[in-house]
This record gives sequence, structure tokens and C-alpha cells, in this order.
Amino acid sequence: MSLSYQDLVNEAKLKIPEVDPSQLLNLAGSVTILDVRESDEFDQGAIETARLVPRGLLESVIGMHVDDLDEKIILYCAGGARSALAAQSLKQMGYTNVSSLRGGFGRWKTDGHPWKVPEGLSKDQRGRYSRHILLPEVGEEGQIRLLESKVLIVGAGGLGSPAALYLAAAGVGTIGIVDFDVVDATNLQRQILHNIDRVGQSKVESARETLAALNPDVKIVTYDERLSAENVLQILSGYEVVLDGGDNFPTRYLVNDASVRLRIPVVHGSIFRFEGQVTVFEPYAGPCYRCQYPEPPPPELAPSCAEAGVLGVLPGVIGTLQAMEILKILLEIGDTLSGRLLTYDGLSQEFRTFRIRRDPTCPACSDESHPPAIVEYDQFCTPAGVVARAG
Amino acid sequence: MSAVVKIPTSLQGLTGGSSIVEVPAGRLGEVITNLTDTYPELGERLLDENGNLRRFVNVFVAEDDIRFLEGLETKVSPGQVVTILPAVAGG
Repeated sequence: MSLSYQDLVNEAKLKIPEVDPSQLLNLAGSVTILDVRESDEFDQGAIETARLVPRGLLESVIGMHVDDLDEKIILYCAGGARSALAAQSLKQMGYTNVSSLRGGFGRWKTDGHPWKVPEGLSKDQRGRYSRHILLPEVGEEGQIRLLESKVLIVGAGGLGSPAALYLAAAGVGTIGIVDFDVVDATNLQRQILHNIDRVGQSKVESARETLAALNPDVKIVTYDERLSAENVLQILSGYEVVLDGGDNFPTRYLVNDASVRLRIPVVHGSIFRFEGQVTVFEPYAGPCYRCQYPEPPPPELAPSCAEAGVLGVLPGVIGTLQAMEILKILLEIGDTLSGRLLTYDGLSQEFRTFRIRRDPTCPACSDESHPPAIVEYDQFCTPAGVVARAG
Repeated sequence: MSAVVKIPTSLQGLTGGSSIVEVPAGRLGEVITNLTDTYPELGERLLDENGNLRRFVNVFVAEDDIRFLEGLETKVSPGQVVTILPAVAGG
């Protein structure tokens, strides 16, 4: 005996419970609502708290959205047929508390219940970011969040290069890049934003070209200037996270003081030969750079990459870890490195984590009512440990 | 059994290229003294004229910063790792 589509639907409806729109309205907030229609239908309008899980993917991805077989789940489609079949399938998979919305989204709307047109992604974006969207920790909502976020990268060099590439690829909507330098042939062994044709070109322009070619969704804002006491607050303002990929202590202390003042988290990375450090400085919630390093080492103990050399892949490792921390901050997922210093030794291939804390005597962040003033710090004239207070 | 002191790359020129130095365990101050007795130039880098650790150097016993333990009085047990970690600026 063969069964028609309607027979299948009717049979499913006998086996799974259906809820009316008014019942669902009362349950909203306490149940998981999954929209099993196709994405183009979802884009036209959906129940506010619903997550899109198209029918064709439902069985393969349900485990990513619902980890408890006894969780209360309500499925809906346009008219209640596809969701009935989908609910039956989930029931067969062991989900014990699955219902289908009687009459589907059509009846929900007719009954005058609230719905919205999702701030959705375009079809191209759904394709581009599909591997993000599959992650329940990101999903469409997280991807939209990334597209709306603003990150500033200090330094388009060894650390800034891999970080900028991954952040642009991830769809971070606005990426600011500060660097006053030009591309030099000696940069190319590690600064993968640039290439041989760009030698002599400004680094921020080179970065813009590379990132624009990678992802047209991303707005690149360039600052072809040296970060200074005069411009640092203006440049940092409006960004949600700062990636510190500078190559000198004065800039790092300047970024710290400005970020404490503006309360913007800084994802710090620094490298030396085969070793690197990564942490997150979250103003007033965790330690800042001055808590950790009240003073810079004397110049002879802190030679730059230009003086001491650096294995090209090292900033790739550290800059990529910084990009990971930035995405976690923007998506509010996982545990960031705030309060922890991650060190990496490429030669021993060893990661270690140290606990770091706010310094109750920190000249920059110990007194929230007196944020640090922004003064030009010069390695030779103004010691970094001396911090002026803003009025 | 000794304590293990990890020397950062930037200071290995002062320890004859050694990245790990083993010294007798004890208070951290004693560990540092043992270390700097062997490598006097390292002592000049790590300690100021009053014998205090210079502020650009972070020292961790196991995973903890000694500034939040008992400073140079922190006890270092045999087999424990002492890590000297200066700021680096490269990017």
C-alpha cells in the first residue's frame, strides 16, 4: 500500500502533539522554538525567538541546538505539515517532548501574534559564513553581531597580519588599522597581509587591498599615522575591542592608558624570537598592561624584531590566538584570557598559562575615579611607571 | 631535589645560553641568590641596588606571580618551576 503526502502528514499528526498559537504564546521563553522552513521563507518573517533549522538539515544538526532529549521543543513551518513530519522524526530520534505548531506560521500571523522580519544575512552571506552559522554558539545571530562589530588593530605587522586576515574572513564588519610604516622587503617573511608588489606602499593601504579582496562585507578604516598622545583617544573611540600588535613599548603603554580611559578591552600579543605572550586586558575587570608590566625593560634587554630576529611563523601563532580572543569577546562565548597570561615557546612547542591579577597600586587602573591622563611616553625621557592622572 | 628556573630568551646570553637552570630549592630570594651567584651579570639585570626584583621582570612560582604571593619570601619547593618572564614588545 502506498501513502500520499497527506496520508503521511495525517499519520504524523496522530503520533505527535500539536499546540495552538495561543498556547505557544504562553510558553514563549520557556521552550525551544525551531523554524523548520527554508531560509528564504524565514527571511520573510518569523516568530521572534525562533531559530532557523531547515527541515532538510534538522536530523543532522538537531544535536547542536538541543542537547537534552527531554527539552521541550516546538517546531513550526508555514502550515503545520512539514513541522508535523519533522516532529515525528525527532520523536523517533529519542526527543521526548516535541510538538508541532497547529496551522504553522500562517495561523500564528492570522491570529495576530507578534513576529518580525529577521535582521538576516543575504544569501551570499549565508553561504560565506555557513560554517559559523552551523555552530550553535555563533548561529545567524552571532554572525550578524560580528558583522555589526568594530575592531581596531594597532600595527599592520607580524601580529596584525594574521589577525586582520582571520577577522576579515570571519566577517567582523569594521576593522580599523593603524600603522604609519611602509611595506619593506624584510617584512614579507612574516607580515602576510603584504606582498612583493607592495614594497614601498603604505602598510595600511596594502592591508586594505588584501582584506577587501578577501571579504567585501568588511569596511576597512585606515589610519596612516603614528599613534600618539594627540590622536590615540580619537582613533580608539568607537571601537569595541583593540588588538595590540605594536612593536614598541611606548605604543603599548599608550594603547593601555587610552583603553583604560575609554574602557575598551585590549587583546595583547607580543613576540620575541621564538616566544610569544597573549592576554586580554579588560579595563577595571582584570589587570591592565601596567598591572602586569609596571615598567618596560631597558632597551638592551628588549631588542626589536629588527634587531633580534623572529621566526616568521611565530606572529602567525600569536596573532591568530589574538583573533580567537577577539571573536570570543565579540560573541560573548567561552572564557577569555583576562586574568591569564598565555605564553608560547616555539622551540619547545610548549604553551603555559600564568595567573595575573590587578595591581591595587597600579598607576593606571587602581582608581576608577581617576583614569590615567594620556601623555606621550618616551623610552628615554618619560618613564612608563610615571602616570599622570586626568583631572 | 632542586628547583627549576626557566630563563627567558632575552636573558639567556647571561646564563651561557641555558634556558633552564637548576638550583637548590628554598625561599625565592635564596633561589635567586643561588642563581645570581652562578651568573652575576644576571643578578644585575634582575635585582636593583637594594636587592629587590626590578619591576620589568615578572617572576612566577608554578603559575602564580610572586608579587601576589610573598615576594622574595615565597617558598619554592623541590621540583617546582620558577619562571622569569620579562615584557617583550615585538609585534
